[in-house]
Amino acid sequence: MNDLVLIRKNLFRRKLRAILMMVSILIAFAIFAVLASFERAFNAGQDRATPDRLVVLNKINFTQPLPISYYNRVAAVDGVAQINHFSWFGGYYQEPRNFVAAFAVDPENWMKLRDSDFVFSPEIRAAFIRERTGVLVGARMMEKWGWKIGDHIPISSNIWSQKNGSHAWDFTIIGSFTARIPQADTNVMVMSYDYFNETRSFGKDLISWLALRTTSVAANERVTNAIDGMFANSPYETRTDSEKAFSKAFAAQLGNIALIVELVVGAAFVTILMIVGNTMVMTVRERTREIGVLKTLGFSGGRILRMVLGESILLALLGGLPGLGVALLLIARVRDSLMSFVPTLSLYPDIVAAAVGLMVVFGIITGLVPALNAMRLNIVTALGRN
Amino acid sequence: MSSPNSPMVGIVDLCKRYTKGKETITIFNGLNLAIPRGDFVAMMGPSGSGKTTLLNLLGGIDRSDTGEIEVASERLDRLSESELSRWRASHIGFIFQFYNLMPMLTAAQNVELPLLLTRLGRKERRQRVETALGVVGLADRVKHYPKEMSGGQQQRVAIARAIVSDPALLLCDEPTGDLDRDTADEILSILQVLNRDLGKTIVMVTHDPAAARYAKRSLHLDKGNFIEKELAA
Ligand SMILES: Nc1ncnc2c1ncn2[C@@H]1O[C@H](COP(=O)(O)OP(=O)(O)OP(=O)(O)O)[C@@H](O)[C@H]1O
Ligand SMILES: [Mg+2]
Repeated sequence: MNDLVLIRKNLFRRKLRAILMMVSILIAFAIFAVLASFERAFNAGQDRATPDRLVVLNKINFTQPLPISYYNRVAAVDGVAQINHFSWFGGYYQEPRNFVAAFAVDPENWMKLRDSDFVFSPEIRAAFIRERTGVLVGARMMEKWGWKIGDHIPISSNIWSQKNGSHAWDFTIIGSFTARIPQADTNVMVMSYDYFNETRSFGKDLISWLALRTTSVAANERVTNAIDGMFANSPYETRTDSEKAFSKAFAAQLGNIALIVELVVGAAFVTILMIVGNTMVMTVRERTREIGVLKTLGFSGGRILRMVLGESILLALLGGLPGLGVALLLIARVRDSLMSFVPTLSLYPDIVAAAVGLMVVFGIITGLVPALNAMRLNIVTALGRN
Repeated sequence: MSSPNSPMVGIVDLCKRYTKGKETITIFNGLNLAIPRGDFVAMMGPSGSGKTTLLNLLGGIDRSDTGEIEVASERLDRLSESELSRWRASHIGFIFQFYNLMPMLTAAQNVELPLLLTRLGRKERRQRVETALGVVGLADRVKHYPKEMSGGQQQRVAIARAIVSDPALLLCDEPTGDLDRDTADEILSILQVLNRDLGKTIVMVTHDPAAARYAKRSLHLDKGNFIEKELAA
């Protein structure tokens, strides 16, 4: 036996009470972890957006296309450092509900752009440039559908058809890539624009949007005006905006929700804190006599303080850690269905670390008053009158 | 510090008062007492005469107001709370009327408690626990919880807990007060063995003259002072 055994035995002396407290702590920490993960995922897009990145869209709205010729014309604008074009494929696998995020891109340029987010091996880099009919699929998408490199997979588009009239494309997976940073989402498929453009039955030489990087943030305004000015009064007018502006507008809507969520979580926490703290005070008071006996045996006040604190911390961990497990399961369950809203939803290690730290704090707060009471307890009073 | 030949208990001119609100109750006013090593003293006296208070003072869980109190070669009136705590762990074994065992611990774990305060390893601790439970005749109840044992058995576990760290002085406050005659006799016989064969000094508070006969002598406490009566062993 050691102090830990003693602490554990004390905690589980009244099983039902201990379990009820653990369940309430579990719920509090599960909610905390899920909401913290959502908040992180919502903010990820905003944080990732770098201020020197601009997006050129059709002025009408983003579902309207732009001509591919804009690619070279925008590239020539003074202050544009790097440029890519994207065409939305609108794909699904087997059934329409199996949404597949797929784009047609210029392979070489796209890999250059995403080099900071994804890891491309040299062979895959070469293969994607060389083999026009091949597609690259991110690690998470591979895993999601159980695909392997070399697989021929039929991907249907709810926008595009092939020249032969079919909506289903047969793609060969020639390679995969993994995330370099945790925020980078690898649930994505890319194909060569040249091949896509030749094969589709309509919309020839049109793209969905342009993404570019300016030489410096200071050049943003000038570049924006130059691009939108250049295409003013053309059949395809443009609207150029910073990536950050998009994310910001999106995040602003979420800001209010986040505040409400924080209030609710805070209220739940404080309530549970008070209930558990009160229960701990009662629990220790019931043991007054036993604490007196321990002191009589020679247990010091400090040691008894540590034992009570140890008990409340153990309680918080025994409730909180399974709470994180529950959060993990919940997130795994909703991740796929929320893919398009919060692509990077995940229980990150630092959220886990923060939660564990919070559990210890929770344990200390709930145990402090009874622990101090126990430490200061007068032996003669505690033993009472025989 | 005194020599090992000094008495187990030496009390000189001890005063102890309790203040309750404006009222002050004087329990002892100039008490003197000497108990030699190896003695077995039965302490008797009317309720409220201060028997428990004296035991608490001897065991260092209560403090005197003035006077000297030396127990097991240590001047208790000069020790701090934490020093007293450490001193108790190695020198004193307490036995209470209502056993005071931890309900969630087995007999063996209850007996092991005082050893958590020592540097002994797990194996050595287990050996000591077995020995102590053997002495009180409960070697076969190691895994039993207090609620699964009779009062007499629980008191025997409490005795094992009191002797496991091999203290020199046992302080018993009405150890048989809650037990029937036969069971009380068993407990008292164990205490007698501890005194006679293991050399423990014992101070036992009791209301029961039959119990007092197990001791070497008895002291009668009345109004804060002693009237000694030698008993034929
Ligand atoms: N903590 C305390 N506060 C105030 N008075 C106390 C306290 N402890 C004991 N007393 C008083 O001291 C006196 C002696 O008490 P003590 O418990 O030592 O008596 P006792 O001889 O053990 O009696 P009993 O035979 O009933 O156990 C009593 O009058 C009691 O009321
Ligand atoms: Mg008493």
